[in-house]
Amino acid sequence: MLKVEEQQPVQFSAALIEKAEEIVKRYPEGKQKSALLPILHEVQAELGWLSPNAMDKIAEFLSIEPIEVYEVASFYSMYFLKPQGKYVLEVCRTGPCCLVGAEKLMDHLEKSLGVKENEVTSDGLFSWRGVECLAACGYGPVLQIGPEYTFYENLNEQKVDDLIQDLRKK
Amino acid sequence: MSDKVKVTIDGITVEVAPGTTILNAARQIGGDIVPPAMCYYSKLEGSGGKCRTCIVKVSKGSEKDPRPMPKLVASCRTTVMDGMEVQNITSPEVIEARSGVVEMLLINHPLDCPVCDQAGECDLQNLGYEHGLQKTRYEFERRTFERIDIGDKIQLHMNRCILCYRCVFTADQITNKRVHGILNRGDHSEISTYIQTAVDNDFSGNVIDVCPVGALTDKTFRFKNRVWFTKPIDAHRDCPTCSGKVTLWYKGEDVLRVTARKDIYGEVEEFICNTCRFDKKKTADWTIEHPTQISDTSVIASNHYDTLKPLPVIQDNARLQEANRVELEKTTKF
Amino acid sequence: MARKLLLEHINVPDIHTFDVYRQKGGYRAVEKALKTLTPDEVVEEVKKSGLRGRGGAGFPTGMKWSFLAKPEGVARYLVCNADESEPGTFKDRYLMTHIPHALIEGMIVSSFALGAHTSYIYVRGEMMPQIRILEKAIAEAKNAGFLGKNILGTGYDLELYVQPGGGAYICGEETALLESLEGKRGNPRIKPPFPAIAGLYGCPTVVNNVESIAATVPIINDGGDEYAKIGIGRSTGTKLISASGNLVRPGVYEIELGLPVEEFIYSDEWCGGIANGKRLKATVAGGSSVPVLPANLTLKLANGDPRLMSYESLSEGGFATGTMMGSGGFIAFDEDQCIVRNTWNFSRFYHHESCGQCSPCREGTGWMEKVLHRLEYGHGKMSDIDLLVDVSKKIEGNTICPLGDAAAWPVASAIRHFRDEFEWHVKEPVKSLNTNYGLANYAEPIAKAVSTEN
Repeated sequence: MLKVEEQQPVQFSAALIEKAEEIVKRYPEGKQKSALLPILHEVQAELGWLSPNAMDKIAEFLSIEPIEVYEVASFYSMYFLKPQGKYVLEVCRTGPCCLVGAEKLMDHLEKSLGVKENEVTSDGLFSWRGVECLAACGYGPVLQIGPEYTFYENLNEQKVDDLIQDLRKK
Repeated sequence: MSDKVKVTIDGITVEVAPGTTILNAARQIGGDIVPPAMCYYSKLEGSGGKCRTCIVKVSKGSEKDPRPMPKLVASCRTTVMDGMEVQNITSPEVIEARSGVVEMLLINHPLDCPVCDQAGECDLQNLGYEHGLQKTRYEFERRTFERIDIGDKIQLHMNRCILCYRCVFTADQITNKRVHGILNRGDHSEISTYIQTAVDNDFSGNVIDVCPVGALTDKTFRFKNRVWFTKPIDAHRDCPTCSGKVTLWYKGEDVLRVTARKDIYGEVEEFICNTCRFDKKKTADWTIEHPTQISDTSVIASNHYDTLKPLPVIQDNARLQEANRVELEKTTKF
Repeated sequence: MARKLLLEHINVPDIHTFDVYRQKGGYRAVEKALKTLTPDEVVEEVKKSGLRGRGGAGFPTGMKWSFLAKPEGVARYLVCNADESEPGTFKDRYLMTHIPHALIEGMIVSSFALGAHTSYIYVRGEMMPQIRILEKAIAEAKNAGFLGKNILGTGYDLELYVQPGGGAYICGEETALLESLEGKRGNPRIKPPFPAIAGLYGCPTVVNNVESIAATVPIINDGGDEYAKIGIGRSTGTKLISASGNLVRPGVYEIELGLPVEEFIYSDEWCGGIANGKRLKATVAGGSSVPVLPANLTLKLANGDPRLMSYESLSEGGFATGTMMGSGGFIAFDEDQCIVRNTWNFSRFYHHESCGQCSPCREGTGWMEKVLHRLEYGHGKMSDIDLLVDVSKKIEGNTICPLGDAAAWPVASAIRHFRDEFEWHVKEPVKSLNTNYGLANYAEPIAKAVSTEN
């Protein structure tokens, strides 16, 4: 349970609000709650994670209770309820990817980044975690990086190191 | 077409209104053939289907389509059809599956009945007594959560929760604003408000009454007494907010707690307001009606209304007296 | 070469654009359906085709459509299930990435058949690139007059939207998907009522898999009867198979149903055999939820006849010696793979993905995972093996939705066929941490017909 004083005030950009208004129009009158999942993605893309204040603001925007937003955001695995690294490397850890070396790749990632799963590197740039099947079993091992969920396939240790280097330079 | 449909449960036939569920048809028959229900609550729309304790076997679908249903079904959410035949306690398959469900409900339960205020009126305790194993087969650390107060009158022991969703439906349907809900998923699911906030409205205390276990308890009654040492008395008052019809739980002269009146299936007859529940604990606040009817099988009934005497049938029969000698000696000591 | 209906033009440059797709004959099915057929005639063609749901359950699509309630004045919805998350399955991603207009064309034809004027494609949130591709393709189709008001001047209106999920395997279950689309937690609904009566927003709704919807395009173009000529028996048409694991050429293949499994694995036209010159130990033929089979039972039925890639042949022998077509996620395990470890891995997946609504699945999936973890890491007991079988039985059939069965089957089948490997993990706790049990006798020819009781 979170203490209220831990909350930070949030501001949504004009572009985000415009996007949210466009999303709501996809559903019939009175069914604006349907926009919740897409809007959570948009807010997370802008803020990096979903703070309680951000979720309260979404609730207000959609005319629903805040608890309805918390319930949904905590159910789905893609929504971050805590701050993350700028780049979250999500490696598939399910069966078929493990047949072709996903577990070794995660061990390597832990060593390369120097942080355990779900921890953030000291420069704030990276965190990583194993996630369940990403539906790319024929191209494993795979990883994805939000918010656009760019996909990297047929990975090995060298490719992952190169990727980390590229991201550092960005 | 007749306006009633016929359904047979464990060999007993009853005629019920179309649209009745198997569970409610069974309740119309009553007795042992009524499936236990941990999540279904007739007063809460959308409840049921989740705990799976009320599963039964439909051995004949209906007169029109007599095929049996391929799987056991949740009797609380399956509507009867004309000519349907259902097996509950007459089906070993149902008993086995139900004991499996009870085992699942208990593997992460703390089994802290000795320090739980719900003990003695707990549906899970009853279910475990009837269907549970003597020993757990689960050898891993149990799931734990911190105990939290949701408001100053209600305590949430998430460890004991079986995720029946009744308290969520209650908040949705009889209060004006729901601030608690189910967070996370799978076996990490928990009842929570997420951010620290009080559940505060006139009817919030009803979540205590609907909770089938000791997950939501009345802080004003916390550790005051074991329920089987208290005497329930029906009483009412002229309440501006609710019906004012309650049960007062006495110990000696003192009202230790106030609850809504419950029927034989443990469901409240009418929801009551927080003022009646938490703030009116003097006999003078109430018009006393009569002792509450308590089921003979409840531990609450075993203590107080009669002094412990051997049953008449035993008093008349020397062989039974001999067979029950140890118990009879105990009763004479009291 | 085998006939291709869905992937015929997959290698044409820029086939993902409207213009190229149209040049290659795209959107003919929309023209044919909207201009020359009634909605009921479209449903009839799909019924005649014998098309079975490609998402996993294999229920006849035309029949599902005919159950849709049509009360006067109530909206009807078509929702495409693109929440592809079954381990081993990645065909829908492939189709949406490379030939998105095939799905959109199918959505228009199917929506027309069902009388839906607003339809949604629910794509798993992780497939954000595919969501962008679909959004672009929808804009192109709309621009060309195939979506929106008065499509091709026929008076038929259709709006099509893409909805992202939030990361939950359970949303592949159709009622959980509808809950999610309504902005709620992905808890499967208690049925009845079925979506055909009360689905999205309480209105009659059909939910179909990406591949099923895309398959309506060749069905309308060539006619249901032509489609039904392809395949074998009640397994008509072509099927996308996602091949993964230790294969020379993993990937997505369109096969004519009825192809021998042996040919699919070893022929150079398909997977090209087991990678690195190793031998096949086991397969999961239809996505992680279906029973795992040892190599010998993968290639041959219990009576020694070749096993085919069809709904019937894959399930021949029931769970004693067969498996299921499922979603067509074909995972091959070579001789170095550990069945116990993989079973634990799958079990962790189902534990992670259980919605937590009903008690047998919420508690049982975690229990199985913990016991399997203990076995895999050398702390198991002999009694754990029977305990797993018993727990799996207590979940199977007793849950709200099929996730409970999907979690139970892989465990039960692994123990059914590979019990000696589980026992070895108990007897050799240290050795089993560093080495694998290996091929054992799983790839030997079938010695005797295996008992079909279970």
